[in-house]
Amino acid sequence: MTAMVNTSTMLLILLGVPLVGSAILAMVGDRKGAAELNIGASLATFVAGIGLAIEVYAQGPMLAGGKFFFVDAFNVYLAVLTSFVSMTTAIFSRRYMEREREHGRIGYRRMRFYHAMYQLFIFAMLLCLLTNNVGVLWIAMELATLSTVLLVSLYRTPTAIEAAWKYFILCGVGIAQALFGTVLLYFAAERVLGAGGDSLLWTNLNAVSGSLEPTVLSLAFVFLMVGYGTKVGLVPLHNWLPDAHSEGPTPISAVLSGLLLNIALYALVRCKVLVDGSTGTHRAGDIMMGFGILSILVAAFSLLRQKDIKRMFSYSSIEHMGIATFAFGLGGPLATFGALLHMLVHSLAKSAIFFTVGHASQMHWTQEMDRIRGLFKGNPLVGWGLMLGALAIVGMPPFGIFTSEFLILTATMKQSPLLTPFLLLGLAVAFAAIIRRVQSMVSGEIPQHQVRMKAAHVPVLLHMVLVLAIGLYIPDVLHQWFRTAVELLK
Amino acid sequence: MDMMTAAHINSLLAAMVLLTAFGMLVQKRIYGLIHLFTWQGLFLSLNTAVVGYVASQHHLYISSVLTLALKVIALPYILHVLIHRLKIHKEVETVVNIPTTMLIGLALVVLSYHLTSPIRELSTLITRSTLAIALATVMIGLLMMITRRHAVTQIIGFLAMENGLFFAATSATYGMPLVVELGVALDMLIAAFIFGIFFFHIHTTFDSLDVEQMARLKEDE
Amino acid sequence: MSFYYLFVELLQVVLLLALAPVFLGWVRMVKCWAQGRTSAGLFQPYRDLAKLFAKEVLLAENASWIFRFTPYLVFGTAVLAGAIVPIITVDLPLSPSADVIVIIGLFAIARFFTALAGMDIGTAFGGMGSSREMMIASLAEPAMLMAIFTVSLANKSTSLSQIVQVICTTGASIKPSLAFALLAFVLIALAETGRVPVDNPATHLELTMIHEAMILEYSGRHLALIEWASAMKLFLFVSIGIAAFAPWGIALANEMLSLPLALLFLVLKFAVAGVGIVLIETGLAKMRIFRVPEFLGAAFMLATLGMLSFFILD
Repeated sequence: MTAMVNTSTMLLILLGVPLVGSAILAMVGDRKGAAELNIGASLATFVAGIGLAIEVYAQGPMLAGGKFFFVDAFNVYLAVLTSFVSMTTAIFSRRYMEREREHGRIGYRRMRFYHAMYQLFIFAMLLCLLTNNVGVLWIAMELATLSTVLLVSLYRTPTAIEAAWKYFILCGVGIAQALFGTVLLYFAAERVLGAGGDSLLWTNLNAVSGSLEPTVLSLAFVFLMVGYGTKVGLVPLHNWLPDAHSEGPTPISAVLSGLLLNIALYALVRCKVLVDGSTGTHRAGDIMMGFGILSILVAAFSLLRQKDIKRMFSYSSIEHMGIATFAFGLGGPLATFGALLHMLVHSLAKSAIFFTVGHASQMHWTQEMDRIRGLFKGNPLVGWGLMLGALAIVGMPPFGIFTSEFLILTATMKQSPLLTPFLLLGLAVAFAAIIRRVQSMVSGEIPQHQVRMKAAHVPVLLHMVLVLAIGLYIPDVLHQWFRTAVELLK
Repeated sequence: MDMMTAAHINSLLAAMVLLTAFGMLVQKRIYGLIHLFTWQGLFLSLNTAVVGYVASQHHLYISSVLTLALKVIALPYILHVLIHRLKIHKEVETVVNIPTTMLIGLALVVLSYHLTSPIRELSTLITRSTLAIALATVMIGLLMMITRRHAVTQIIGFLAMENGLFFAATSATYGMPLVVELGVALDMLIAAFIFGIFFFHIHTTFDSLDVEQMARLKEDE
Repeated sequence: MSFYYLFVELLQVVLLLALAPVFLGWVRMVKCWAQGRTSAGLFQPYRDLAKLFAKEVLLAENASWIFRFTPYLVFGTAVLAGAIVPIITVDLPLSPSADVIVIIGLFAIARFFTALAGMDIGTAFGGMGSSREMMIASLAEPAMLMAIFTVSLANKSTSLSQIVQVICTTGASIKPSLAFALLAFVLIALAETGRVPVDNPATHLELTMIHEAMILEYSGRHLALIEWASAMKLFLFVSIGIAAFAPWGIALANEMLSLPLALLFLVLKFAVAGVGIVLIETGLAKMRIFRVPEFLGAAFMLATLGMLSFFILD
């Protein structure tokens, strides 16, 4: 009983802090200390997340809030990751946004808006993860989109507005398909569980997934795949992603690439579990593998043509989401383990990269890679951070992404060897594209137009150390955790 | 009202929803579009109330009132105000290739019919046959968003698509659980505010609401 | 019994020949009232026809047999169609031999020859009228067939008599498919019979006329026959509309005694239909010829929607 209360309290803090924080930041406005308040709220969220994780680790999956929330190893690890990255991003954003303002790119009112929406966005993501209701999952996902749309257009430049409009419209279209899928899911559930809100609870659905009508669920999955797949940024539904991720402020790019994509993938995987339970076939997995492979290849070749640094790394996000989607589709313990690990390390590495990229582009006041030079000499932290981040993201040992990609490749060779060459081709092309570009940016002499500036050390270092650590050694706790999650997703 | 009459009224209203969807597909004037959208919302609201009465699903009354408030009153009003403020009420969009669009629309209706046929066979509700219409409305909204080049038109397409989704929920399952319906309505309201803000941004930045102007972010390599 | 069949068949044809000009006169009369003019009376079309019959036929030097043959053919097809469409009774001996598709075919033949005749003399107006007429026909006919198919599907027959019989025996119900088909039918009928907003039967303005342009070279009894035939065409389209969508009151199979009642209903329905036509014509402006495809496209869309909603909803 005490445990139940404890979990409920933890959940309340975890979801309440960002929501209340958003309201307070909206009221406080852009006074001194707003950025610190933002960090503080994120920190409190992170602590609550850790608390919840410990709770779940000790007692296994549990329901809370009248079955409205559901916590298991799969979502709690993503909740911790989400709160962690949003905390470090808040730290990064303090200095970064300060500088943007000094430079006159945004004014005081927009800063207030930025902070309030940032917290609301975190709330939406956490709600996505923790809710047990498939309908609420959809609502929270839409809320996450809506809260970031105006952040993408924060600079009000023509390109930023175009990107945000594209983001708004395309994700709106996509997510509408997911709602239709949800309606179909409810239709199937209602026949087994009866009408009412309880029929949309994931735990209830999962318990009876064997008796859900397979034809309806297959149809529902197609719509859910298209819907949430748009948000994951899978090819060919990815058009909005490079624009949205590259035109907004860099902290937003970091959380969009590092977190929101994960959340969408999480929703997709939850649905896949239900569909698999109902159909008993591997069809849902096959669809995911198809989208995954296509995303990896198209994104890898698109990487070669990029000139804008944030755009390039956005394409890299598509590629990595493709890898994770592919691995989830492949199924089996090894691939699922790899996919979970990949979501974690990609999120850490990609946000670290965006931090350094943000600084690098502030030093040159451009996002064009041709004009960014001499980062090693100009600012060693930024230079090395970018270099190591790039090495990590392309899957070089000893970083964590190497481990996860290695696992996924091994599973592919075992389960569907014919697809291995495509996977390898994608990885190789991405490697060449990114390293070639990054190398020319970090080396060389300091160009005339470069400005000196202080970078935010802590977030970059923290992320890179974690990625490295996971690559070298996966702690028992994490291992155990993933094991449990893999069991859940079987 | 017995079941047969209700089923007839239901299918008649469904047909009207579909007709307004097609009307929107070919309507060029912005005010005409908003009027059609309002009508569609009204038919939808009526239909929800009828279904709620016949199936004695009383939470559908709430949905019906919500639809009436949001889609027949609030959203059209917001759109009217925006269009008035932005002074674009005289704009007539050049719609390309109406016959082709209409034919694609008809094909989408056939596709929806085909896609929803397994559900029609499984369902026992009196509204089951309108699900195909609902999906068709979603698809036509989608088509509208693809073929139109004006920001306001795209948004109306988006809202029409949402109408279709709401309709689908009513047809397939007598409506989603109330908490979900309320959440979706809230999201729609937020979306309405956001696109309102957007219209101003786009208008001040591009001097027009023609999204053709927004073509800077192309893969120009 | 066979005498009865012969009687109703003859009665129908006579009714058609007699009432068609009256109906045209009625439409003109209501239109005059609606526009605040003094009307020429219900029987003015008769007087016009009589005048034309009395006049001498003037033929162009290069007129071929097609030009001379066309008026009789157009008149003949209209009479034949009138023998098939159930106007006051379904007990028509000719109706099993031809269904509604044949009726549309009869009108198509008439139209084809009118278009040929329009080009025969070689004047600019005739050719222009013919080309416009064919453009409209190419769009209106598929839509017309689509609308008719919807009605046929709903009543499981393509024979108009059969359709009427089914509707009258099963009773009324609101069907979206039929509502769509009716809307489409009204649009197409306006186009087919050359009324506003597609064509204007009262104008000889070169830029806008369609049907009048084709028959500009006709005179005397030829013109009279064509005018009479187009009055019958209008009458028949209204009859088809009534038969397919609101046939109540018509004499059903083996209901000899209800013929007088049917006649009464017929008059009432036509009176209402005339008012309807006038309302549409005064409410709408004639559209530019380039917009006609859009108008007919909408009709086609409505007809197709009707058919689709028959499958989906009924």
